[in-house]
Amino acid sequence: MKENIAAPKRRSLGAWALIAAPYLWLLILFLVPFLIVFKISLSQVAIAIPPYIPAFDLAEGWQAFRDNLSELSFENYIWLTEDDLYWKSYLSSVTIAGISTLLTLLIGYPIAYGMARSPRSIRPTLLMLVILPFWTSFLIRVYAWIGILKNEGLLNQLLLALGIISEPMVILNTNIAVYIGIVYSYLPFLVLPLYASLERLDGSLLEAAEDLGCPPWKAFWKITLPLSLPGMIAGCFLVFIPAVGEFVIPDLLGGSDTLMIGKTLWVEFFSNRDWPVSSAVAVILLMILVIPIVLFQNQQQKMSERDG
Amino acid sequence: MSLKSMLTGVAALSLMSGVAFAQDRTVNVFNWSDYIDESILEDFTKETGIKVVYDVFDSNEVLETKLLAGSTGYDVVVPTADFLSRQIQAGVFSKLDRSKLPNLSNMWKDVEERVEIYDPGNAYSINYMWGTTGLGYNVEKVKAALGDDAPVDSWDLLFKPENIEKLNDCGVYILDAPTELIPAALNYLGIDPNSESKGDIEKAGELLKSIRPYVQKYHSSEYINALANGDICLAVGWSGDVLQARDRAAEADNGVTVEYAIPKEGALMWFDQMAIPADAKNMDEAHEFLDYIMRPDVMAKASNYVYFANGNKASQKLLNEDVIGDPAIYPDEETVKKLYTKAPYGPKINRIVTRTWTSVKSGQ
Repeated sequence: MKENIAAPKRRSLGAWALIAAPYLWLLILFLVPFLIVFKISLSQVAIAIPPYIPAFDLAEGWQAFRDNLSELSFENYIWLTEDDLYWKSYLSSVTIAGISTLLTLLIGYPIAYGMARSPRSIRPTLLMLVILPFWTSFLIRVYAWIGILKNEGLLNQLLLALGIISEPMVILNTNIAVYIGIVYSYLPFLVLPLYASLERLDGSLLEAAEDLGCPPWKAFWKITLPLSLPGMIAGCFLVFIPAVGEFVIPDLLGGSDTLMIGKTLWVEFFSNRDWPVSSAVAVILLMILVIPIVLFQNQQQKMSERDG
Repeated sequence: MSLKSMLTGVAALSLMSGVAFAQDRTVNVFNWSDYIDESILEDFTKETGIKVVYDVFDSNEVLETKLLAGSTGYDVVVPTADFLSRQIQAGVFSKLDRSKLPNLSNMWKDVEERVEIYDPGNAYSINYMWGTTGLGYNVEKVKAALGDDAPVDSWDLLFKPENIEKLNDCGVYILDAPTELIPAALNYLGIDPNSESKGDIEKAGELLKSIRPYVQKYHSSEYINALANGDICLAVGWSGDVLQARDRAAEADNGVTVEYAIPKEGALMWFDQMAIPADAKNMDEAHEFLDYIMRPDVMAKASNYVYFANGNKASQKLLNEDVIGDPAIYPDEETVKKLYTKAPYGPKINRIVTRTWTSVKSGQ
């Protein structure tokens, strides 16, 4: 890869600007906010506006900054290790997000596969149907699930009328409702990248497999699945990462015993008014998400370099 | 909390952009949802020419976070007194200019005295509404579950397992408000509801945990509809909200009768106070708004609409009989004596209180 990019001739100013743009974007919208959050996580809570005493003030100059550096306190991070609430919340969030991602994949794969295999003429329509829910507000759609899932809701009424159940099922305010909410909300994020990779799949490979006497399920297992892996991974990340930090879905659909880090963070920020600790919770959350992803990316790159 | 607060956030954004272009006199008011007769705002604009940009929230926490972040763009906000007290310490509010508030003379001394512990001298705020945190129940369903002598006038209904377990089938909701439920549990245990000892808070937590298996939801607004529809039979809720549920059920004529009781062991008395942020852009308009609200006829109109008692003595003769005559809204002397107030928790103990509450709710 690298060799291709490093063209021998000198880059023009325009080319540099083009390369700088995404980095600038990341710097302003990711790194700077992250550093602000990290800075707050090192400060102390106070009754003031804003409600913390800054650990250091950049306005005081470089020398003051260096002096303060040695006195930085990580007590908010230590606090997180002292109460098992936090790691239980992280663990439970990762579990809920993991199960949801798996369910989304199980439902999303056949959808994407069906879309990619459908006649070319109706694919734009199918694609449109996947995107269509985004035209309604996310909040309203999650709220609508309350009406569907509650004890006297549409689902229970339907099942009762069909005689499948004799008593209403309790779904709302349980983890099952959270799974339903996440799978429903994030399904398009999985279907779209998966569809993209399945659509690009070279059909002649499958024809060749068939000619050589390979049964369809085996051809799927040996050819389609491995070739759609990048799309699957991208889709799973797009579901898993936001689902870990999800707040709205567990709050509206989950029960009081649904422990998720998004809710823990809310309580820390709003009820305890402890911006430093809630910032520390957010920084750790980012670490939990970013480190495995970076490791995975490295692994992927090594593999593709080896294969290439 | 989430849906409304996000909508509120969106509303706040649109509000700020509105402010930038408005040439006329404007006052930006941030109040609780469903907490005013909207015609009061229209009348105010008619009389003074001041446009009211009205925006709502449904949790003290959301309001406080906005205030502590600064530059809210609001000129009048309505926190509950214990939150107000901490916000005063943080320097959020501007002292009221009493010379601009001649209607202060209409206010009720008894309420002002009780607010003293939050806002000494009532220097920063005026009382808008006050109420109690008690029990709202479905008369028929509670009777069916517990018989005619159900202890509906006592916290026993909630805190005695033999009572609440029988209400499990018909449903129990509790306010998601640790700073109200922990004192209520302490009061029931015969401990000072203002206790800030860790051991006492934990005892209250134990009591609340013991009834947790019978509680369907901890939420601060859904119980209004749930009570009115007959979905639940017991809620720990705010007086006016339960009374709204009572009236909705009566209007719907759905065979549901909702009642509110101030338990005989005592209940929390709380105060929602109007105050002006220190960074308010429209100080004069904010004062005019507060003074207008303190007019007896306006305050009476507000209470007649929301079914909460107010801190305005002069408004009392203008109140409807179903407000002033209802002991659930304006309790008698005997009951008032049993009502307690709760001073705000310090930061350290506040963390223990919210942590205890999290463990009550989540079982963790």
